[in-house]
Amino acid sequence: MTVDSMTASPRQGTDCVQLLTPEGERVRPPGYENVEFSADELRNFYRDFVLIRRIDTEATALQRQGELGIWASLLGQEAAQVGSARALRPDDYVFPTYREHGAAWCRGIDPIRLLGLYRGVDHGDWDPAEYNFGLYTIVIGAQCLHAAGYAMGMMRDGADGAVLAYFGDGASAQGDVNESFIWAGVFNAPVVFFCQNNQWAISVPLQRQTRTPLYKRAEGFGFPGIQVDGNDVLAVHEVTKRALQNAREGNGPALIEAVTYRMGAHTTNDDPTRYRIAGEVEEWRLKDPIERVRVYLARNGLVDQAFFDSIEEEANDLAATLRKQCLALPDPDPMRVFSEVYAESSPLLDEEREQFARYLASFEGGAQ
Amino acid sequence: MTAVTMGKAINMGLRRALEDAAKVLVMGEDVGKLGGVFRVTDGLQKDFGEERVIDTPLAESGIIGTAVGLAMRGYRPVCEIQFDGFVFPGFDQIVSQVAKLRYRSQGRVPMPIVIRIPFGGGIGAVEHHSESPEAYFVHTAGLKVVSCSNPADAYWMIQQAIRSDDPIVFFEPKRRYHDKAEVDVEASPAPLHDARVIRPGQHCTVVCWGPMVRTSLDAATAAAEEGTELEVIDLRSLSPMDLAPVYDSVQRTGRLVVVNESPRTAGLPGEIATLVTERCFYHLEAPVLRVTGFDAPYPPARAEDSFLPDLDRVLDAVDRSLAY
Repeated sequence: MTVDSMTASPRQGTDCVQLLTPEGERVRPPGYENVEFSADELRNFYRDFVLIRRIDTEATALQRQGELGIWASLLGQEAAQVGSARALRPDDYVFPTYREHGAAWCRGIDPIRLLGLYRGVDHGDWDPAEYNFGLYTIVIGAQCLHAAGYAMGMMRDGADGAVLAYFGDGASAQGDVNESFIWAGVFNAPVVFFCQNNQWAISVPLQRQTRTPLYKRAEGFGFPGIQVDGNDVLAVHEVTKRALQNAREGNGPALIEAVTYRMGAHTTNDDPTRYRIAGEVEEWRLKDPIERVRVYLARNGLVDQAFFDSIEEEANDLAATLRKQCLALPDPDPMRVFSEVYAESSPLLDEEREQFARYLASFEGGAQ
Repeated sequence: MTAVTMGKAINMGLRRALEDAAKVLVMGEDVGKLGGVFRVTDGLQKDFGEERVIDTPLAESGIIGTAVGLAMRGYRPVCEIQFDGFVFPGFDQIVSQVAKLRYRSQGRVPMPIVIRIPFGGGIGAVEHHSESPEAYFVHTAGLKVVSCSNPADAYWMIQQAIRSDDPIVFFEPKRRYHDKAEVDVEASPAPLHDARVIRPGQHCTVVCWGPMVRTSLDAATAAAEEGTELEVIDLRSLSPMDLAPVYDSVQRTGRLVVVNESPRTAGLPGEIATLVTERCFYHLEAPVLRVTGFDAPYPPARAEDSFLPDLDRVLDAVDRSLAY
């Protein structure tokens, strides 16, 4: 027996849940025969998709023009994010990584807040408690532990919400992610771990992160794992909805592996042509999450051309607004570096602040 | 008032904090049934239940990281890290998450977490059980760091730390857990971040904290027999540092010796020496001297007496200072 023959493929398995094929055909696998979506739901998914993709495209352009320091594109992962985030109730809580622009959109966070972070004017200027959406977490996987702890707190409070923790295939290798599985498992915490397996951790492929399909890991931690076509918004939505409901009902955590693909670079700083072949990207382009919903809507007469046109127009307006807002974002006040380091300040920090303020004031015309 | 050990005093402080606020949680490895490897949490789970005093899985990052989530939910977790050398697997969560969430969120996400760490040497332990890593945490903005040195401080400081809305790394000198002293549970404690002159003297100032307070006091007693009066200051809080009493003292004595168990290079004594030099330059009769561990990993237990500052090394530094 060779090593290869002993190794399970970490890629998509045959039991991967799919409800809408890349060709836009509705399918009904066992256990999902009776899942239905209203025309409104489908139209809303499509609208989310187009607007998010436009936000992403605009942000990438802004970065190229020097207006953002960096941007982490979500191109290709729209269905994984919209499908999962639209399955949330308002009282559920989300712990994102730094690419969850679609999930943030679904939670009602103004996209300009995301741009502020990447432009470098703040570290994410939204109130997590207002949107039940945590701040972006840059350190890989750290937020999964926060999610497990938050879920434990919800359980103690007798709240019947659940927590959704986003992470990626790269993060699955982190100790924190595995520790969060242990905590959630042994404390039966109401948290759904949502892995967007986009196949690449910057330049390192999935095969270098894991030897086993990621969803199968859940079994070892004592809770269900399920693999879903991450470019199929219907499947993602249904699977996440069920997992969240199961968690809310006191049945503990679940791991969802959404098999998707990062169509662009990890961030605007890297060059994917150095590490992956064009054929792979083309293969995934045929599985585009937006196109299959568009085809389904059109083919089933659920929309007309005016619908597509109106969303296109809305996207253009959104992009124009976003661009204008981005350019108008003020740089932070220099004294901002001292703000909110502590609840109760420290004398030595106060001294540094005063010294720096005096230094700024020593220039002609004062601080500005 | 009855005399209790420092370990018991922390236990009493934790108990009172658990009674006072339902949101206070105690969590860590073995803190429940066993009462902690040093028995500091003895009896707490029995009285407050498994929901308040939580035996966790054995993973330090998990302990701290889940405490972050619990704090976001309004809880006030008190995490126990079993030994100093085991904090490093949780280091990222402490310095990247606990320390920064308030700042990152501009005050919207406070982190009222206490991280208790039994620290320092002198108990004959195997490696990774005797380290003094306080400088790592003091170097991290957003954290506060304190160290108790006696039962009364231990009793009050742990409660003050739990009440604080800032994250606090709470260093407990493990070799002093069994030191006994009276604790006045009705007292008005000193503010958590105030240093304290614990023995007045006129010839040389000695600054110390945690386990080195006892050593420094012993040195002061020995020095007094030879007519040298040391002024001993227990810093108590390492971040922020309250150096006002130190400046006052140095302006009178003209001399300063800083005593600390950590390796010397880039440790806190160097920082204290700089601050004192900046502010008391014209009062100094001698350079600020450091008595510390060495720039070597902590040695095997039977060599730790050579590594740890003791009474004689403190007196030697005092003599060198007085010789200028």
